[in-house]
Amino acid sequence: MTATAASVPARRPTNRLWSRILVYALLVFFSVLFLLPVYMVIVTSFKGTAEVNISTMWQFPQALSFDAWRTAYERLAPGLTNSFLLVVPATVISAVLGSLNGYVLSKWKFPGANIIFPLMLFGMFIPYQAILIPLVQFMSSVGLFNSLPGLILVHVVYGLPITTLIFRNYYAEVPDELLEAAAIDGAGFFGLYMKIVLPISLPGFVVVIIWQFTQIWNEFLFAVTVAQNTPMVTVALQNLSGSQIVQWNVQMAAAFLAAVPTLIVYVLLGRYFIRGLLAGSVKG
Amino acid sequence: MHNRRDRLIAVLMVLPSIVLLAIFVYGFIAITAQTSMTDSNAMQRLSRLPANFIGLQNYTDLFSGPLDTRFRVGIVNTVFFTAIFITVCLVLGMLLAVLLDQKIRGESVFRTIFLFPMALSFVVTGVVWKWLFNPNSGINYLPTVIGLPPAQFRWFISEDRILEFNWQDLPTILAVIALSAAAMFTLWFAVKRKSRPAIYGFVIVMILSFLIFSGATGSMNALPNPEQHGFNLALIAVVVAAGWQMCGYTMAMYLAGLRGVSEELREAARVDGASEFGVYRHVVFPLLAPITLSAIIILGHISLKIFDLVYVMGGGDNLRIDMPGLNMFFETFRGQNFGRGAAIAMVMLLLVAVVIVPYLVNSFRSEAKRS
Amino acid sequence: MKRSSILALLLIAVLALGFAGLASAQDAAPSGDLEIFSWWTGGGEAAGLEALIARFSEMYPDINVINAAVAGGSGVNARAVLTTRMLGGDPPDTFQVHAGEELNALWVAAGLMQPLNDIYEANGWMEQFPQGLLDLISDDAGNIYVVPVNIHRSNVMWYVPANLEAWGVTVPTSWDEFVNTTCPALQAADITPISIGENWTQVHLWESIALGTLGVEAYNGLWDGTTNWTSPEVVHTFEVLGQVYDCANDDMNALTWQDASQRVANGEAAFNIMGDWAAGYFLVDLALEPGTGFAWAPSPGTDGVFMMLSDTFGLPVGAPNPGAVEAWLSFLGSAEAQDLFNPVKGSLPANTTADISNPDLYNAYFQSAYEDWTTNEIVGSLAHGLVASPAFSNGFSNIIATFQSDRDANNAAVTAATLALQTLR
Repeated sequence: MTATAASVPARRPTNRLWSRILVYALLVFFSVLFLLPVYMVIVTSFKGTAEVNISTMWQFPQALSFDAWRTAYERLAPGLTNSFLLVVPATVISAVLGSLNGYVLSKWKFPGANIIFPLMLFGMFIPYQAILIPLVQFMSSVGLFNSLPGLILVHVVYGLPITTLIFRNYYAEVPDELLEAAAIDGAGFFGLYMKIVLPISLPGFVVVIIWQFTQIWNEFLFAVTVAQNTPMVTVALQNLSGSQIVQWNVQMAAAFLAAVPTLIVYVLLGRYFIRGLLAGSVKG
Repeated sequence: MHNRRDRLIAVLMVLPSIVLLAIFVYGFIAITAQTSMTDSNAMQRLSRLPANFIGLQNYTDLFSGPLDTRFRVGIVNTVFFTAIFITVCLVLGMLLAVLLDQKIRGESVFRTIFLFPMALSFVVTGVVWKWLFNPNSGINYLPTVIGLPPAQFRWFISEDRILEFNWQDLPTILAVIALSAAAMFTLWFAVKRKSRPAIYGFVIVMILSFLIFSGATGSMNALPNPEQHGFNLALIAVVVAAGWQMCGYTMAMYLAGLRGVSEELREAARVDGASEFGVYRHVVFPLLAPITLSAIIILGHISLKIFDLVYVMGGGDNLRIDMPGLNMFFETFRGQNFGRGAAIAMVMLLLVAVVIVPYLVNSFRSEAKRS
Repeated sequence: MKRSSILALLLIAVLALGFAGLASAQDAAPSGDLEIFSWWTGGGEAAGLEALIARFSEMYPDINVINAAVAGGSGVNARAVLTTRMLGGDPPDTFQVHAGEELNALWVAAGLMQPLNDIYEANGWMEQFPQGLLDLISDDAGNIYVVPVNIHRSNVMWYVPANLEAWGVTVPTSWDEFVNTTCPALQAADITPISIGENWTQVHLWESIALGTLGVEAYNGLWDGTTNWTSPEVVHTFEVLGQVYDCANDDMNALTWQDASQRVANGEAAFNIMGDWAAGYFLVDLALEPGTGFAWAPSPGTDGVFMMLSDTFGLPVGAPNPGAVEAWLSFLGSAEAQDLFNPVKGSLPANTTADISNPDLYNAYFQSAYEDWTTNEIVGSLAHGLVASPAFSNGFSNIIATFQSDRDANNAAVTAATLALQTLR
């Protein structure tokens, strides 16, 4: 590393300087592009209804108005509550199941596991439209249609492939020797899991929980078909934007509110978020 | 180390998950497949009447029935959208990753900025960009900040269309594409390998092409009436919004890949006299090829399924940016034509499966080899 | 545990249950949650619904009203959601549905609605609602399934009189006149001749054009099968729609109906075809004076014809809280409720004992519309579910969306003919 750092500037100093400037200029340029919508959301949301118009849309608000935020919060509050009630149990259950599955599929391979695992994984890629009609029917026949537990079940089931995948890849790194040593001491299936696997699973759980949290929080299709009368935050936001004589300031404030929980998670735990992202590409 | 009892427990622990997925994925797909071959509608379902079996009628209607123009528009849109969306994400993601790979001060700040849209819902993205794409405000009025006239593009409601073709010509177009690919391939073999069968193959392909162009497909009209399709420029708006959200993802993948390329390897190339660009071209990029493939597949399956973003941006009935996912939802639950909706869903599944299944098979075959 | 104590416990349980039963039998006032499903999320319609709910909650403080509204004009998205809920065996307590085929072709035909004749008789409504309207919401056996809240008119053309004067145009009386005279004059002055909104408002526009160019008999014939969809006259309706598109704003797919109506009020566009809920929007949201701030005429070629639709609420089989629904419906049909709702929503009361002659409640617009309602020839609206089943409506939305991009009138008519064959009874 040090050798490289020393050798590079020695090459062509002026050229090097210009290319550094170009790199930073490009990065700043793209950053501005990426943040443009954020600027717009924030600026618009703090404007009073009268101030939202074409000629001044890119300018700062003349006077800070919190009306839009108040209205947006009133309209979105039930959705935010529902989404939290959904996300917490669905995430925890699917993480626990994923951990057990990953443990079995990496350390207790049974005959046929190599065929069953890809078949399970296929479930995370399917377009959910392909299961939507029977799903509605099934949920109603077991009395779970349009209920929070029903939607939790749906998210747990369709979250299983990704949580299993992440844990399986994570546990694959755990050396078998570690488990064998404990097994000699007489630990069984659960003993190994509790003593060896679980204590080192924290990073895995963080990755899975973040991933599931953002996925379920952001999901729309199931929310709009399976749980219409307990509207989730995405459905509430779409309802807000699909109606009204376009009150853009309220919509922007609402969009921001709907994004806050996942953004907080992302900013605080971004490192793990990226790991979850990469795990989605199967091999990691 | 594993005794029989523990092995049994292990299997029992995964069994519930396996059973759930067997029902919720494969069982439900089977039911959808079955529904897609019936005339099932809301009336029959609500009054518990059986649906009539009509074979593949729904599928033939989708591709050649006069009532299903919307489906064909959606499929064409999906193809164009997928191609452009993936290209944009790959190019921009790669560019950002390479920029961030230059030992940047404040790298984590930049990375955070490029990646944060990934944490958002497509619904949020849709609401925000719908405002930005409003043709009489938003992005179009950005130039006015520095005194320029506003831009004129109509974004997601643009009615312009390029690369137009007639759906009736689709079989011919597909045949031409397939045959030219075959011709190129055999020609390549014939020239490179000087292989005799390849030369024969090339001749056969040329004869087939001749037959087709001499009018054999003229009678193969897919539709009774001409129907124009093409690349709706309104899709650019969807590409921008989806790209804004997803290209951080490719960036993260490439960045992870770039960090995996050892400094020794790069230095070796530099010693051999390669320029900084040459190092990337000859050493780094080839190593990133598998990542590109992964990215194409992940992005591809997202774009083939896309639903919420266009639902929010287009409001449901804007055909310029319509997608099969949306069409399925409305055909089923608003048109109450469940058979047709199921058929659309099956076509979507098929499209995704074509991309995903070889990928999964390949991943696990190579893994099995390694272990 | 000893046997005697088990017996004692059982006895206590039985007694407790018995008291609970008695208590609920004595408690005649309905209570609990009442979920009202509609697509009224904005403007005068939301305001009207909220006024109704407020009054209802005063009358029945024990009922907790849940206003479950799904956005999307004319119920385009709400219908999809309602279907999933009915299929899922989880109907809302009561839901908004258009009178006519939207109600009959599916919900009534599938036996999912409960007859409300008792409520009608108890309130003396059989004489208070017009017979023609009752026919639209009853089956052949005379069972009435819903309570209409209002009467709307679909074929209305909106404009601002002062603007027309300034631009030197008059209200066109035929589509020929609009396309050939009015439109070029306005375009020369750089004014949008007609403002149009998203897909369903285009279906709405088409039905006015069809009525105006085909006439009453041929228009009705489209729905009972006596008018041939592929006839030159029907093809002509699409041709006219295409010409009207050429006279319209080019961002129609980005506009809600309110946006499109607002263009007229702002002076950006000269005309807009919309149902008379636009009156509610002009009056309540934009605070304009009827006759000066905004004015109206029957859409071109439909003078003397009232294309109607009616919003209704019913009691689905399996509603969780039927007692509360009955209270709600009894309130909804009353003159009091109709006078609360309709002036804000911009519609006419369906109950003929409502205080329509009171000018403080019903201003000049309502007076003129009521006059037309009682004297004009009545036809039913397509865009609002009266004449065709939901399956036809969904297919027709797609036909209009396709037509808007390819402008092939012949193809549109042929496709509509196929659709009619498959989905109209």
